[in-house]
Amino acid sequence: MTSPMVRVRDLHKSYGAVPVLRGVDLDVGAGEVTCVIGPSGSGKSTLLRCLNHLEKINAGEVEVAGELIGYRRHKGKLHELGPRAITRQRAAIGMVFQNFNLFPHLTVLENIAEAPIAVLRRSRTDAVARARELVRRVGLAGREDDYPRRLSGGQQQRIAIARALAMDPKLMLFDEPTSALDPELVGDVLGVMKDLADGGMTMVVVTHEMGFAREAADTVVFLDEGVVVESGAPDDVLRNPRQARTREFLARVL
Amino acid sequence: MSAFPELVEVSDNHPAQPGASPPGAVPAGESPAAPPERTQPPPKVVALRRPGRWISAAVVLLFFAAGARSVITNREFQWPVVRQYFTTSAVLHGLLFTLWLTAVTMVAGFAIGTLLAVLRLSGNPVLSSLSWGYVWIFRSTPLLVQLLFWFNIGALYPRLSIGIPFGPSLFTADTVNLIGPTAAAVIGLALHEAAYAAEIVRGGVLSVDAGQAEAATALGLGRARILRRIVIPQAMRSIIPAAGNLLIGTLKGTSIVSVLAVQDLLYSVQLIYNRNYLIIPLLLVATIWYVVVTSLLTVGQYYVERHFARGAARTLPPTPLHRLRVALRTVVARSRGAVLGGGTR
Repeated sequence: MTSPMVRVRDLHKSYGAVPVLRGVDLDVGAGEVTCVIGPSGSGKSTLLRCLNHLEKINAGEVEVAGELIGYRRHKGKLHELGPRAITRQRAAIGMVFQNFNLFPHLTVLENIAEAPIAVLRRSRTDAVARARELVRRVGLAGREDDYPRRLSGGQQQRIAIARALAMDPKLMLFDEPTSALDPELVGDVLGVMKDLADGGMTMVVVTHEMGFAREAADTVVFLDEGVVVESGAPDDVLRNPRQARTREFLARVL
Repeated sequence: MSAFPELVEVSDNHPAQPGASPPGAVPAGESPAAPPERTQPPPKVVALRRPGRWISAAVVLLFFAAGARSVITNREFQWPVVRQYFTTSAVLHGLLFTLWLTAVTMVAGFAIGTLLAVLRLSGNPVLSSLSWGYVWIFRSTPLLVQLLFWFNIGALYPRLSIGIPFGPSLFTADTVNLIGPTAAAVIGLALHEAAYAAEIVRGGVLSVDAGQAEAATALGLGRARILRRIVIPQAMRSIIPAAGNLLIGTLKGTSIVSVLAVQDLLYSVQLIYNRNYLIIPLLLVATIWYVVVTSLLTVGQYYVERHFARGAARTLPPTPLHRLRVALRTVVARSRGAVLGGGTR
């Protein structure tokens, strides 16, 4: 494995008294694609949301590109960072949501150019030019001035990917990016993600698309009840799972 | 299985019926599934007749006409007096003061209200509780009582000073000199308004999907920027109708300051009819002005709502002016078409 882009150690997270993650380890090398699979309620999305500090963690370490995310180590304890520092860290980590979460009152271009202008202090001209290029890259040239409502779900998700890419992230997180889509639209979004993976982007993808996991992932992680049950190359985990729980889950979804 | 495709055909074929055959109207290759050819035209659809509608409309119109007639012919309304006083300078000054008071109340009320809403939604339990307490107090006491209270604040605090709490004071003045009737009216109305504005803004912010703020957070946007660029513009969709309601209520509600002898629109006409006893016509003068201003505000609200509807609907609905223009054009086109059609048939 090359230098790790993501390094998670003994991560614990609970909502009130309900434990969601119970000591998760995760390593993702730079340029690698890791797919996280598992039954609903297994903590997949929570794990992803801890990687950019959308969730506060209870214990453990989350590092992205060698930098501790959301906290500062001081005398053996982790102190939460101020909003400004966390904001800076998040800017380097792109995230794509199940429900797209495009800003409905902004056009496609405005959606993509907003954060580069506000956070990276790009000039409007540069940000818009880059946004146009990204719209082309996700195959939606000509829709730059449309509002998101006028796009299909698959098109919206591709714009959401473009919006995240506009920040030149070191790491992209995908939280079930195709779960809210009609089956016929899934392929376009997966195509864009595949291109991204082939281009060397480091990606952590929570997904139910086993086909995508088999084709694009370097590593597949099976999460159940807040712990990593099994992880490895897709062929090993998906075709010859060692754990009974993995076999049960795969038998239900495949 | 047979009923549904036929229904679809009615709408598909109807415009093409006289003239070209239906499949020829669609360019070849554009739609892979052309409607099947039929030997017989589909049966025509006849709408249900509704005589009850006509009768009820006629009855209501009759009552309306009777009412309108009495308003016009009853001499006690004294319409010439209304016309005479409608644009006198005393009334116009009162109207201007009412508009000024409404504007100041609205701006200050929403500024304070937005701050209260932000405090209420903040994670800080002390600030949140303070905001809740403010709204509780100011909504649970009558506006009239609040106005009288501010008007008589000098009895409670004869001298006001600005300084550091529990520390030295930097500036001191007599309360009665600082807070006259107008200041009491402005303070009372604005603080009262702020409580309602706070709830309107808070409701608007809560109406925006939490995923919006989350996506903006993940992009690295700061809290203030998210509120200003992402949440508030979307919250405006539900804030505007409620704020329009509050604005119109405030416009009329300012008439309550007449108890403080502040010369707003209502108090101005009261001063006149106290001298000449033309009570009804002068009240009509004030009433008509209130209706005129309210109507203008309602029109304004329509266009503001339209502005903030960007992206919310797939296409914006046409404005009434636009609709009128289209309707006129269709009527003209139809009458021309009828003339031409009649000639050829």
